[in-house]
Amino acid sequence: MESFLVFLAVLGVTSTEQLFVGDQVLRVTARNEEQIALLRVLGEQEELQVDFWRHPNIPGHPVDLRVPFPNLQGVKKLLDFRNFSYSIMIEDVQIYDWMDVLVEDHPKLVSKIQIGQSYENRPLYVLKFSTGGSNRPAVWLDTGIHSREWITQATGVWTANKIAQEYGQDPSVTAILDSMDIFLEIVTNPDGFAFTHSSNRLWRKTRSINAGSRCVGVDPNRNWDAGFGGAGSSSNPCSETYHGPHAHSEKEVRAIVDFIRAHGKVKSVISIHSYSQMLLFPYGYRRAPAPDHQEMNELAKKAVSDLAAVFGTKYTYGSIANTIYMAGGTTIDWAYDNGVKYSFTLELRDSGRYGFLLPSSQIVPTATETWPALLDIMVHVLEHPY
Amino acid sequence: MELPPSHFPAARAAAVAVGYLRYLRGGPGRGLQLREVRSARRQDIDDVGHKYYLELELEDVLDKGSTVNCTAEVLYHLGSKTSAPDVQVTVQGELRSTEQADKEFYNRIRSLEKELEAENIPGFILVPDSHGNVPPELEPIHLLAWAASGYVIWQNSTENTKFHLAQVKHVKQVNPIISLKVKAVFHRSQEEAAGFSIEKTKSSGSFAPQIRQ
Repeated sequence: MESFLVFLAVLGVTSTEQLFVGDQVLRVTARNEEQIALLRVLGEQEELQVDFWRHPNIPGHPVDLRVPFPNLQGVKKLLDFRNFSYSIMIEDVQIYDWMDVLVEDHPKLVSKIQIGQSYENRPLYVLKFSTGGSNRPAVWLDTGIHSREWITQATGVWTANKIAQEYGQDPSVTAILDSMDIFLEIVTNPDGFAFTHSSNRLWRKTRSINAGSRCVGVDPNRNWDAGFGGAGSSSNPCSETYHGPHAHSEKEVRAIVDFIRAHGKVKSVISIHSYSQMLLFPYGYRRAPAPDHQEMNELAKKAVSDLAAVFGTKYTYGSIANTIYMAGGTTIDWAYDNGVKYSFTLELRDSGRYGFLLPSSQIVPTATETWPALLDIMVHVLEHPY
Repeated sequence: MELPPSHFPAARAAAVAVGYLRYLRGGPGRGLQLREVRSARRQDIDDVGHKYYLELELEDVLDKGSTVNCTAEVLYHLGSKTSAPDVQVTVQGELRSTEQADKEFYNRIRSLEKELEAENIPGFILVPDSHGNVPPELEPIHLLAWAASGYVIWQNSTENTKFHLAQVKHVKQVNPIISLKVKAVFHRSQEEAAGFSIEKTKSSGSFAPQIRQ
């Protein structure tokens, strides 16, 4: 044990590292009691700031530990030296693990529900934030429907933590959660997300196999039954905007449709994408303004202004068709046409310099500035029941 | 006719103008990007095409506090699939000089060249990596590739496309001229991907990029 401790002393003290910036979650399997003891000692070394997501308990059971980036090399050398077998958890598994931790830490507020399965049979998990009641009106948020938009899943994680933290602290969050529920699906396209890690960082679509084509995947944001098959979507399976063989053909989309329909009291859908710094509302499938255009435009204007107040980031806003381009079969057009009045799409940072490959140092600033915009929308929903 | 500056048609034409300007004036020490479209107007010219008149506010990514104002004209030729839009850009005021930064970069690459020859390792790098990281020593190359991409974007734009550089896949230093072979992935309207290869060459002195697609 002595050599173990001496080795650790060499690693030195680190400053607080933020989650996301190169941190890794390692899954370690301890083969015997001695290895369990070693892992506990590792956890006790404060300067390493190793954080157990699954604690060392019984040999043979996986132990998950998050290691801050500066200490990674040292910790791995240590594990190798002591003959531990471990693997680096890929991010969607990490996110699922973290979800369980969040639920454990806030059992009265947060629960995890499964709304279905992806094409490749990955679970589709949604976090439910609720202070009770039964079938309260609700806000739906989703991130990561386009898998390469990594800033969105990260923003989802940050936002979930923020909501849990602020209930009971921030008056707006408390007021919202005292009357409404929030549903947040973070890895909305888990097959695509896994693919962006293993094979193609710039993958956008689902991973469903298209009959008769060598090309894989459907654009989940063209697969909804609102202007399905219209302008801005493609009937070619090889296209990035392939709408799919029919509306709701994708299990990932179907699961949300079924959930929202069954729930019956979803009052707002906020679907989060990147990039280009925009706040958009229906319609995408037609140019004519939606009946609630005026109200949504005013709300968008306020939200964008409050977002800019944080770090000066400029967003444009307006209907999808005018501000970005015509797009048939989008999430929020379907939601709007199915009774969800306050339906918005956010396009997060940046405006093209890094695009989808936004540096992880921008995750916390992006989530931080987006938060007031999300709050503005949710407060408006609370104050304008329908 | 006046166009709403925050709407897509104005943004699309602005992207061509900024791409063109980046090609002309960008380099390892200067990365110009659009901050805002101030105003936009479109003129339909019979038998010629559609001409956009733009007032743009730009910034240099290396000098975030700076503001660069410019006016631009972008003419998309009628029915043309082969000719690039005609672009004119007028920058108001002077751009900050990058002579020093350019010289340093040039010297660094020259000295690198010797090392590379000795070690016989071609420099294949993905820029940025999956997490958006660009190693500091590669940032000038990233900016250079971004500048070169402006040319590709300009040459390939039509009234139905809006290209962005997504990722630089390969940067290879080719001896003896300092030539960077850049294979890049572009995104059309942030969705479709298209691939082009750019060879950007530089002889001593200023940048006079020759770009082969």
